[in-house]
Amino acid sequence: MAKVALKLGDDISTDIIYPGRYMATVLPTETPQFAFVDDAEFNKKLKAKQVEPGSFIVAGKNFGCGSSREQAASCLTGWGLKVIAKNFARIFLQNSINVGLNMVICPNIEADEGDEIEIVNGKVKNITKGKEFDTVPLPKARQAIIDAGGLIPYTRKLITSGKK
Amino acid sequence: MGMTMVQKILAKAAGLPSVKVGDVVEPKVDLAMSHENGALVINQFNEIYQGTGQPANVWDPSRIAIIFDHRVPAESSKTATNQKKIREFVAKQGIAKFHDIRGDEGGICHQILPESGYDLPGQVIVGTDSHTTSHGALGAFSFGIGATEMASVWALGKVLNVEVPGTIKVVVNGTLPKYVEPKDIILHLIGKLTAEGANYKVIEFHGETVRKMSTSGRLVLCNMTVEAGATSGIVPPDKEIVRYLKQEAGVKNIPALFGPDADAQYEQVVEIDASKLEPQIAFPHTVDNVKPVGAAKGIKVQQIVIGSCTNGRLDDLAIAANILKGKKVARGVRMLVFPASTRIYQQALQKGYLATFMKAGAVVMNSGCGPCLGVHQGALADGDKALATTNRNFKGRMGNPNAEVYLSSSATAAASAITGEITDPRSLTASKAKTAKAAKKPIIARKPGSVKRSTSNVKRSTGKKKGRK
Ligand code: SF4
Repeated sequence: MAKVALKLGDDISTDIIYPGRYMATVLPTETPQFAFVDDAEFNKKLKAKQVEPGSFIVAGKNFGCGSSREQAASCLTGWGLKVIAKNFARIFLQNSINVGLNMVICPNIEADEGDEIEIVNGKVKNITKGKEFDTVPLPKARQAIIDAGGLIPYTRKLITSGKK
Repeated sequence: MGMTMVQKILAKAAGLPSVKVGDVVEPKVDLAMSHENGALVINQFNEIYQGTGQPANVWDPSRIAIIFDHRVPAESSKTATNQKKIREFVAKQGIAKFHDIRGDEGGICHQILPESGYDLPGQVIVGTDSHTTSHGALGAFSFGIGATEMASVWALGKVLNVEVPGTIKVVVNGTLPKYVEPKDIILHLIGKLTAEGANYKVIEFHGETVRKMSTSGRLVLCNMTVEAGATSGIVPPDKEIVRYLKQEAGVKNIPALFGPDADAQYEQVVEIDASKLEPQIAFPHTVDNVKPVGAAKGIKVQQIVIGSCTNGRLDDLAIAANILKGKKVARGVRMLVFPASTRIYQQALQKGYLATFMKAGAVVMNSGCGPCLGVHQGALADGDKALATTNRNFKGRMGNPNAEVYLSSSATAAASAITGEITDPRSLTASKAKTAKAAKKPIIARKPGSVKRSTSNVKRSTGKKKGRK
């Protein structure tokens, strides 16, 4: 069980999650400081460690649209955030799976900041609101990568097993 | 059952007789492109090899292209150091398709690839840039991936676990009217489909307007398909592509061309009557917030940007120069022009366009992405409004979340530079219009258009709730 730390609308672009002007910062260890940097209030909360790891960002449709910058996924992973959205933009979804960001596709999600959320048996439970929502499974094609813990360990396994 | 363009390309690249939507394939990659974010790719690539005891060598250096464009010349020591790291990697791995910060062969990746003959019809192309969709203009299946995915491609030479996408067929017929551009077609289409209307799908372009369009115009269409969420855009290759490859890209061996099967299955068909189309504007802060130029009349702008991988090509500069010839950029307006590549820069110089811009008061900048992604060379002040020929108007995109970016064609941008407010280029004098038309040679036959019929769920996107609640 964890709280909704941030509630967002539709079409949240990677320019909002991780603005282009910080793209010279690439290492996953360094990107979290710029997560939602233009949302000064939320960024400050993150840096002050007022957001518990495991907290949720809840968003509408097309989360992560725009640039292919992977920093937009790694900056959230760094804070241990999870994202529930009605759906995700394609490249962002792939990047998130590749870098191990925890994400849930939940087309009818209803939640507000501060709500307590739990994910059980493929359903999102909003405990505060007493409601339950179905989720859409992540692409089957990528399950092996998710199971391996991301694309780096997955590709490494292919190389070392000679399946290259 | 027949296959679409992309299904045929994927089947070929995966060594299969046929594929259908939803199949999972692992296509071989013909070209893998990165820019400054190659620094992150290198990091992830080295990590893959960590502890394997194997040397971290790319699968085929001849199939990797790296173009410096996003921050040229470097805006910070951090970027300069990233670029240095990439230079060293390129030298070590023997990557020849490397375009450094140079006046003879530099420019934006989505222009360098086609003009250098790196893009070929029927190929599978991936790039660590979302506008890699552009290269579908030459009949390739070309899509954006993240840095870790690219590191895996560098190691394996293929993309893992690709789900065969469904395809939306877009048919554009009719002659575009004067001062209505390919940019207006694609803005109009994105407005109709919405920012997520083509999510995970490919947009395949057909119709006489597209057939008559130059490669340059087709690059505009495919470039912006990602703004409707598409995996890629693609134009079935034809004799115009052969002409472009031979005459402009210096390619000698052109692979056999193929189009989609006649009985290919499409998920949706959208028809556009180009003859009824007006100049379009994407209002802040989403690209699907599109209205005809009239709706923006009188909006004052402080910055005009002509450039980017969408509209920084020679025909864009030609039409803008013709509109600006003998005129002045309005006081209080900063007009910045970024030729998409140094080759285009040189051509524009020879044709006198750059002199026209400068006499008018515009600033001609070096080839590269410029302020498109909000890093340097033209950030906006709080409260500023900019009109740009770029492809994104997201909050913060041009470097300031307290500013607004509007998107248009180069004709609309040039006309607006003169007045200082968003202006319909068709409202310019008739004589002016004539010269501009003569200057913009083959491109397209232009006559008016709008969506005539769009089967299935095409919904408008106005009034959507954006941003933080
Ligand atoms: S011009 Fe803009 S959209 Fe195009 S590659 Fe550069 S930053 Fe990206």
